[in-house]
Amino acid sequence: MNRLRARLLAPAAALAFLTVVAPLAIICLYSFMSRGAYGGVGQPFTSENYTRLLDPLYGAILWRSFWVAAVSTLICLALGFPLALFIARSGEKKNLYLSLVILPFWTSFLIRTYAWMFLLRDTGLINTALLSAGIIREPLPMLYNNGAVILGLVYGFLPFMVLPLYAILERLDPSLMEAAADLGARPRETLFRVILPLCAPGIRAGAILVFVPCLGTYLTSDLLGGSKTILIGNLVQNQFTSARDWPFGAAASLALMAAATLLLFAARRSGEELL
Amino acid sequence: MYALGAYAFLHVPLLILAIFSFNASRFTVWQGFSLHWYAALAQDRELIESAVNSLIIALAATALAAIIGTLAGYALWKRGSVWISGSLYLSLVTPEIITGVSLLAFFQWIFRYLHLRLGMHTVILAHAGFSLAYVVVVILARMRTFDPALEEAALDLGATEFAAFRRVTIPFLAPAIAAAAMLAFTVSIDDYVITSLVAGVDSQTLPMTIYALARRGVNPMLNAVSTIIVVLLGIVVLLSERLRKA
Repeated sequence: MNRLRARLLAPAAALAFLTVVAPLAIICLYSFMSRGAYGGVGQPFTSENYTRLLDPLYGAILWRSFWVAAVSTLICLALGFPLALFIARSGEKKNLYLSLVILPFWTSFLIRTYAWMFLLRDTGLINTALLSAGIIREPLPMLYNNGAVILGLVYGFLPFMVLPLYAILERLDPSLMEAAADLGARPRETLFRVILPLCAPGIRAGAILVFVPCLGTYLTSDLLGGSKTILIGNLVQNQFTSARDWPFGAAASLALMAAATLLLFAARRSGEELL
Repeated sequence: MYALGAYAFLHVPLLILAIFSFNASRFTVWQGFSLHWYAALAQDRELIESAVNSLIIALAATALAAIIGTLAGYALWKRGSVWISGSLYLSLVTPEIITGVSLLAFFQWIFRYLHLRLGMHTVILAHAGFSLAYVVVVILARMRTFDPALEEAALDLGATEFAAFRRVTIPFLAPAIAAAAMLAFTVSIDDYVITSLVAGVDSQTLPMTIYALARRGVNPMLNAVSTIIVVLLGIVVLLSERLRKA
């Protein structure tokens, strides 16, 4: 029994080692090395790459990544909660409405980001329409700023918020709401003092599931943010391509990785039975 | 009413993109229905070549991930392994950009000893790697509904372990394997971030071409290729969902 199991598991172990474990181990190692003469890595071993992350120039990038992710998460919550509530209360059509939220998530992320470029850019649909209607004289600069990045992130990760919220709202006992109403609570009070507190684990799980990919985003900030809105993901990419400072890029990667895994670990503990 | 707005937010951008792929004008002003951009698409060598590359890569990576992942999912169902599950979980939570740069660093490092270069094979390996976790998750979910007595019966009737696995368990898993393969296919064919870092000169994929075109400016041909991809992927996803629930 065990020999068959080991044989069946061996290819997966090899593939996971080659594409996950070994590459991440190399990144760990590189993050403590120095920049080599031809763009590679070299001796001596140092922790300077990590202290450099605290430099104001890079600190600003980390800080921006953090608040862009935080704002996107809050907007996802504000949009996702009513949507999840609507789906949970829509009876037989629940599954259809839920699929309509999930479906866009499985269609190309790149193309969905391009769709916003098509709408927002200077020669895009919104500006062209406003210009030809005579409402504006010059195209509005809607692309290549923090707002566009946040919009793209909310658009991309809204399903991650809706799913855990829906899972918890769906199981909420309706008699609790009735009891609140019987005791004289207005719908607003019921929402804020009964439903929302009961949803806390779902909110926590959803927030982390949105926050983590937003923090590590690369494509959205690259396409919608342009060169002015560099986030930590873009910093990492840049260090490994044009800047060719691999050790520093590796340190930035590990900082991001550490933040992501810690948060997800917390989410797993709080939302174990949810996901 | 609110929900309608939310659904519009999720779906209208793609819808508009698709509508303008049928625009006669090359600018963002509607000038009548035309299939001009779809015809132009068929003539564009770069797009066609990268689409073929994408298909080869996605099919190869899907086959690898589906086979390896099915075996692993079954083995993990028998008895879990902290190491394997841990590294698969790690691959799911690692931000794409980090997966990309770490693979780049790793490939460059071994290639110093092996005298190989980045190319189709590295892209396929990378794609198989990040699809593996998805496959294992789907297979494990299906195995949880499997009755071990079926396999035991086969063993009692004299089948070897492997024969029982092949003739009893695999047919039971078939819909889940198909669903997992389609899932792997969709994540592979869509990937830009990781691919762009581990691709060589011979392995420009469709998302890489789309990315380059998107950076250059509005191009109705891009709307056309996007529409085709979204429709095809949509079909694959719906099929996969149906199989997973079967």
